[in-house]
Amino acid sequence: MASHDAHAHGHHEDHHHHEEHFISKYIFSQDHKMIGKQFLLTAVFMGLVAMMLSILFRIQLGWPGESSDILSFFLGEKWAPNGVLKEDMYLGLVTIHGTIMVFFLLTGGLSGTFSNILIPLQLGARDMASGFLNMLSYWFFALSSIIMLVSLFVESGPAMAGWTVYPPLSALPQAVSGSGLGMTLWLVSMAIFIASSLIGSLNYIVTIINLRTKGMTMTRMPLTIWAFFVTAILGVLSFPVLLSAALLLIMDRTMGTSFYLSDIIVGGEMLTNHGGSPILYQHLFWFLGHPEVYIVLLPALGLSSEIIATNSRKPIFGYKAMIGSILAIGFLSFIVWGHHMFVTGMNPFLGSVFVFTTLLIAIPSAVKVFNYLTTLWKGSLVLTPAMLFAIGLVSTFITGGVTGIILADSALDIMLHDTYFVVAHFHIVMGMSAVFGMFAGVYHWFPKMFGRMLNTRLGYAHFWVTLIGAYGVFFPMHFVGLAGAPRRYYDYSSYSEFDNNSFELMVDLNEIITTFAIIAAVGQVLFLFNFFYSIFRGPKAPQNPWNSTTLEWTTPVEHMHGNWPGELPTVHRWPYDYSKPGASQDFIPQTTPLEDGEEEH
Amino acid sequence: MENKLIILLVIVLGAIAIAQLVRIYEISAKLRKNEEHEISHRDNNLNARMMFGFMLAFFAFFIYLMSAYGWTGRGSAASNEGEEMDWLLNLNFVIIIAIFFFTNFLLFYFTWRYVKKPGVPAFYYPHNNKLEMLWTVVPAIVLAVIIILGLQTWSHLTGPTTPEAEKIELFSKQFDWTARYAGADNTLGLYDYKLTLDNNELALLTSNTIDSALANMFGGATGIRSLQKLLNNRDTVFSDSTLNVLKADLSRKERLYRFLTQMKQNHNPKLDASAWDDIIQKDTLYLCKGQEYEIALRAKDVIHSAYFPHFRAQMNTVPGMATRMKFTPNKTTAEMRLEKNDEQFNYILMCNKICGGAHYKMKMIVVVLDKPAYTKWMDGKKKATFKDQYFPAAAPAPAAPADTTAVAAAVTMN
Repeated sequence: MASHDAHAHGHHEDHHHHEEHFISKYIFSQDHKMIGKQFLLTAVFMGLVAMMLSILFRIQLGWPGESSDILSFFLGEKWAPNGVLKEDMYLGLVTIHGTIMVFFLLTGGLSGTFSNILIPLQLGARDMASGFLNMLSYWFFALSSIIMLVSLFVESGPAMAGWTVYPPLSALPQAVSGSGLGMTLWLVSMAIFIASSLIGSLNYIVTIINLRTKGMTMTRMPLTIWAFFVTAILGVLSFPVLLSAALLLIMDRTMGTSFYLSDIIVGGEMLTNHGGSPILYQHLFWFLGHPEVYIVLLPALGLSSEIIATNSRKPIFGYKAMIGSILAIGFLSFIVWGHHMFVTGMNPFLGSVFVFTTLLIAIPSAVKVFNYLTTLWKGSLVLTPAMLFAIGLVSTFITGGVTGIILADSALDIMLHDTYFVVAHFHIVMGMSAVFGMFAGVYHWFPKMFGRMLNTRLGYAHFWVTLIGAYGVFFPMHFVGLAGAPRRYYDYSSYSEFDNNSFELMVDLNEIITTFAIIAAVGQVLFLFNFFYSIFRGPKAPQNPWNSTTLEWTTPVEHMHGNWPGELPTVHRWPYDYSKPGASQDFIPQTTPLEDGEEEH
Repeated sequence: MENKLIILLVIVLGAIAIAQLVRIYEISAKLRKNEEHEISHRDNNLNARMMFGFMLAFFAFFIYLMSAYGWTGRGSAASNEGEEMDWLLNLNFVIIIAIFFFTNFLLFYFTWRYVKKPGVPAFYYPHNNKLEMLWTVVPAIVLAVIIILGLQTWSHLTGPTTPEAEKIELFSKQFDWTARYAGADNTLGLYDYKLTLDNNELALLTSNTIDSALANMFGGATGIRSLQKLLNNRDTVFSDSTLNVLKADLSRKERLYRFLTQMKQNHNPKLDASAWDDIIQKDTLYLCKGQEYEIALRAKDVIHSAYFPHFRAQMNTVPGMATRMKFTPNKTTAEMRLEKNDEQFNYILMCNKICGGAHYKMKMIVVVLDKPAYTKWMDGKKKATFKDQYFPAAAPAPAAPADTTAVAAAVTMN
């Protein structure tokens, strides 16, 4: 009730042309559209930092041991003496790159941005269920981002135990310098991030359940909303487990408990911890970690479903099957975490159970892919930059997805576990797909977010550089991994001592990979320029630039509190009436009532 | 220093260049007056063709990589288990490469074929239950085959070894490996991390090693007695923080001392024999072709992973937990050198779990010998057992316990 009143009040104010203060409009805003944009800008910044970190360690991997002015410029004498990266800092860069990419860019940036902007707009709600909690969610996110960035600058270095921060390495400062203050900051940052994510997710769920406009039944919701809905549920169920994993780790580090530690001698010191299990941490971590993959991926798939349908001028094929596969993926994602742990010493029988459940996920994933393909079939494709990114997403989802079949097979995982094959797999299926989904979303909904258009030609250039660059980075990694190269290695010089053929393969491919990485990274300047330039000076957007059916395109271009002037729209049909035979134009907005004798679909 | 200046200069000039571009761009945009949301047929067709072209280039890149680095880029397996896995991997690769080509082809082909053409409307086709059933059932059948074959292999790979298997322990610490052969009785002696000393790096459990650990804990250079002496010395004044560190250290050592005392009281001297004849081997791990190995794994400090890429074997070593793996090498190093045409080639044991700064250097050369050469090497080693090397004066071992399986069980339980 309270939120309803608040909306009515906010609406009332608009009629009086109430001038908002800068702070309440742009900083401590409770408006979902502004919060979405705040998430987006923060995530873009964090993503840039993480990309820059990856370029720094890719320079080391591409030209190991060679002095680089770029390294000494960014890292200074302490971490890159004479322009050669320190081993410890290499691990620190890898760790923070992974953490920022997975959590801050792909979780905060994707779900945070688009859930906030699209849920109320596509459901016909005036705002989120709780504007205040929504604001809190963003500011927790901003705070955790700042702490994570600060950890890069502490004297003993940032966390260095890999983004999964397995103890005992992450618990013992004697084992690696980053497990001191850097690790503490990592844990604090993540704890705050989890709080942000939880508050946000609860808000999304409540909004979707309670604030749908008249006629917007669950089966008339766009697939984007279904994806955000399941994503939020996954987040609510799994993030608290990560928090408990982190809390137990904090206790082991500071209070002398032994949840994860047993029988350890480190740095010449014999610890008395006994009875803990490092494997416990891995179970807890991956109980979040695997749903996290889908927390990242589902919103991207949801966005691309919408974009592909709109720009194919065709209904998404198999709408109900798409919902079913989102639900199936969401459910299965909770019972597959053990496939990250086949070689930890877990009971082999338990391993076989995880093989079975993991490979099951391939079925709803295959359904999604074939439904996308059928949506394109006999369409009338308009290749906007958003559409190209969405098609790119389907390609990376296939390319990265099929190698998952191999890694999910425990017998094959033994030889590929923790090699570059895994790095290739998850960067393509999760990294590239989610980033492509995010770009697709930005290109498609930019007119809604900022009331202006992005430049299309620059968008095309950006797409092509990104597609070619990213595939050029991650595709050859399969071969590096199959040749046996372990991940998180500072260099592969030790191969020259026992296997020159493999060594040469790794030197060649790593150089190719780094070159592509630099090209792809520089190519992002096209996007940044287009993005920031268009926010201020892009051409004004029409109300419905892509001739789309969903509710967000019925709102005025100029943002306003409460989203719609006057009454909320009423929904009469599903969101995919494109090119319906007998209709006067090739799309019918959801607000158009069914004609006499017209079937819904 | 000047290079840093150049980098800074490049960044500044880059920013100025972008600002200039913005101005040029703005002026030209005013002249063009195009609508960004209306995609011209020219742009549409160009991108459609580029998508199809990209697909061809992408496929060509893949085929080039396969031909340049060998089918999927790995050398042949060097163990029985590895050959079984490679067969399964090849089968899986055939399936997924087929899916990869087929679905990516459809995706890019459709993008090119169905790009918007004036006057050709899209085909309204919201669903078809038969089709959807088809691509639910077919993947399910393919996956059933993959799962069944995979689990069969998995149970072979993780099942128990035969009684003929030779037992070896691999001990990992930052940043090296130590191997321990089970010796004449093929039983690995028990261990307890609290027994770790310079002359007992693997913390083997015998009456003598307990005694030396106790003696060291109490009277060693940083033992309880010297700590007490330090703390009770009235002539020294410590800062609060140093005092706290010393006190914590003392209480930790007292606790360990109590545990060691209990261990001594409960120790069964009959177990000593299985440890005395163990053989500790650094630098190089020697294995025998055709011999099945039961490998016990142990970590001293953090998690490591024992990874033999050529035997296709991998298992983590976890502090406080016993893990195991097994494999049977089936090609000697000499045979593999011939096959690879590389005189320098060696098998390797690597660490494959991030374990600290020098993680990437943590490795052990592995040499597989044929039976005669291996026996000869082993005979030499049997004259340098754990006892011979570190406790030559220790009392002769009592007769080995008759029930060796009980000892083995105790090893796995530890």
